[in-house]
Amino acid sequence: MEKAIKKYWPLFVLPTFAAFVIGFIVPFAYGIFLSFCKFTTVVDWKWTGLENYTKIFFVNRKLDTTFLHSLWYTALFTVVTVVIINVVAFTIAMLLTKGIRGTNLFRTVFFLPNLIGGIVLSYIWLMIFNSVLQHFSKTIVSTEWYAFWGMVIVVSWQQIGYMMIIYIAGIQNIPGELIEAARIDGASPAQLLKSVTLPLLMPTITVCTFLSLTNGFKLFDQNLALTGGNPGRLSQLLALNIYDTMYGKTGWEGVGQAKAVIFFILVAVISIIQNRLTTSKEVQQ
Amino acid sequence: MAKKNNDPAAKKRKGADVSTVRKAKHGGLLTAIFAIISIVWISPVLIVLLNSFKRKAYIFRNPFGLSTVSITKGWDKWTAGVKKTFVGLLNYTNAIKKTNFFRSFGYSLFITVGSVLLIVLCCSMCAWYITRVKNLATQGIYLLCLFSMIVPFQMVMFTLSKFANMLHLSNPLGIIIVYLGFGAGLAVFMFTGFVKSISIEIEEAAMIDGCTPIQTYFQVVLPIMKPTVVTVAILDAMWIWNDYLLPALVLNVNKYKTIPIAVQFLKQSHGQIDWGAMMAVLVLAIVPIIVFYLIAQKYIIEGVMAGAVKG
Repeated sequence: MEKAIKKYWPLFVLPTFAAFVIGFIVPFAYGIFLSFCKFTTVVDWKWTGLENYTKIFFVNRKLDTTFLHSLWYTALFTVVTVVIINVVAFTIAMLLTKGIRGTNLFRTVFFLPNLIGGIVLSYIWLMIFNSVLQHFSKTIVSTEWYAFWGMVIVVSWQQIGYMMIIYIAGIQNIPGELIEAARIDGASPAQLLKSVTLPLLMPTITVCTFLSLTNGFKLFDQNLALTGGNPGRLSQLLALNIYDTMYGKTGWEGVGQAKAVIFFILVAVISIIQNRLTTSKEVQQ
Repeated sequence: MAKKNNDPAAKKRKGADVSTVRKAKHGGLLTAIFAIISIVWISPVLIVLLNSFKRKAYIFRNPFGLSTVSITKGWDKWTAGVKKTFVGLLNYTNAIKKTNFFRSFGYSLFITVGSVLLIVLCCSMCAWYITRVKNLATQGIYLLCLFSMIVPFQMVMFTLSKFANMLHLSNPLGIIIVYLGFGAGLAVFMFTGFVKSISIEIEEAAMIDGCTPIQTYFQVVLPIMKPTVVTVAILDAMWIWNDYLLPALVLNVNKYKTIPIAVQFLKQSHGQIDWGAMMAVLVLAIVPIIVFYLIAQKYIIEGVMAGAVKG
């Protein structure tokens, strides 16, 4: 059969592969190359070696902390959102698998914000935040911490429903007999949770943790629409910082591209760790 | 054990699952609590809906109220205040004019539907081929697809938008090809996972009966793949409909604005935000999503569940 199919590659593979080359392979490879160049468009490049990479941290021989600030700001943001999203989503999922009346309706409502895009969501909340904060003569960009918690609320509201759906699927996959057996053996609800439910949910927990982790790390739309990086670039997450460097000032495109390469390596490392953890868990079962 | 049975707190906690009488009681309480949380959860959307009918000046002054005066000042004054606060559909007509909303809606719809159809068709075909034909090239494509899934958009945004420009893809038709390219990784990965689970005997039987590979694919393989088709379609539709940065960089935004771009431009073009128009646009942007959600809810929820298990 393989032989018969083989000659049909122009029909089956070529369209996707051609688009993949245009949409991914060439931009990616050329992006790596350009991170070592000075350029303003893709054709006027001049090789400058590692200059872009040093310029991320040192400008005129002086330490520039903008990128480092946005790095730890992003890390903190990611940790906070991962914890909030997963704890709340798991709790709601546990309660919504007890078979109470209205379960389907509640599930529908909790999931809804996830379908609304980041830009639209952010303007909804921008209106609410600023109309509440004006009573205290503040706005969402008064300090970077107002911006921080504003984004945490928006992102949590958006993603809790999504993770809840995944947790519900995971909880429903736990065999009922196991819970029943533990109960007959006299396990308290706390023991049941700690020794039966949570261990069996580990694959789901890993998936959700890493989904929210990469989501937090790559967050852009909400950052752009809600705070725009204000006040004074202090609430820039990594993705917005890269965008701002690349398109904000001419002559800095290369530095932006170099930042993007570092960003890519960070995201790749997280993804590879996730992959390791997920597969090792699968082997154990 | 005996101690536990005498412990009322433990009984209470356990109660929900023990007896039917208790179940109903606790279920009722939980339902009530969840009903309240649900209303709070959805309230931002409701507040936007309410404010979309208000006069610009009153949106920020009193976003949660209905009238400019308190109801304690008497019914007549209160209703006069209500009249002063609300402007009917003025914000909507304003917003539609300012953003050219129906045009944006058309672009969003065209780009989303076109991209999803193309991704589903091309990537499922590609996935079937690279699973059934094993050689270095197909293995290489598969690994590249896996790899592309861990690359953030920022890594390619500059070069991708410039290349798209050079290749004249900066229009709604061209961006569909860009979406196929950038979305291929996940789609091929998910389809490949499914093809691996299909037994090859059915296809072989079809081929022995005289089907060409094309017939085999469309009449045998594609129908079996339907669940994954739905999953990929839902995940990609959610992504593309709401995507902001890729179209903002690739498209010629002076001519073509998708809905997220139109919303964002409502801020940029005026410096300050016209909150009346903004509220109306937000409602207009949310309504199609809710309609789609209510129609396709079952598939969306299943798609998310399946996508998470595999992705």
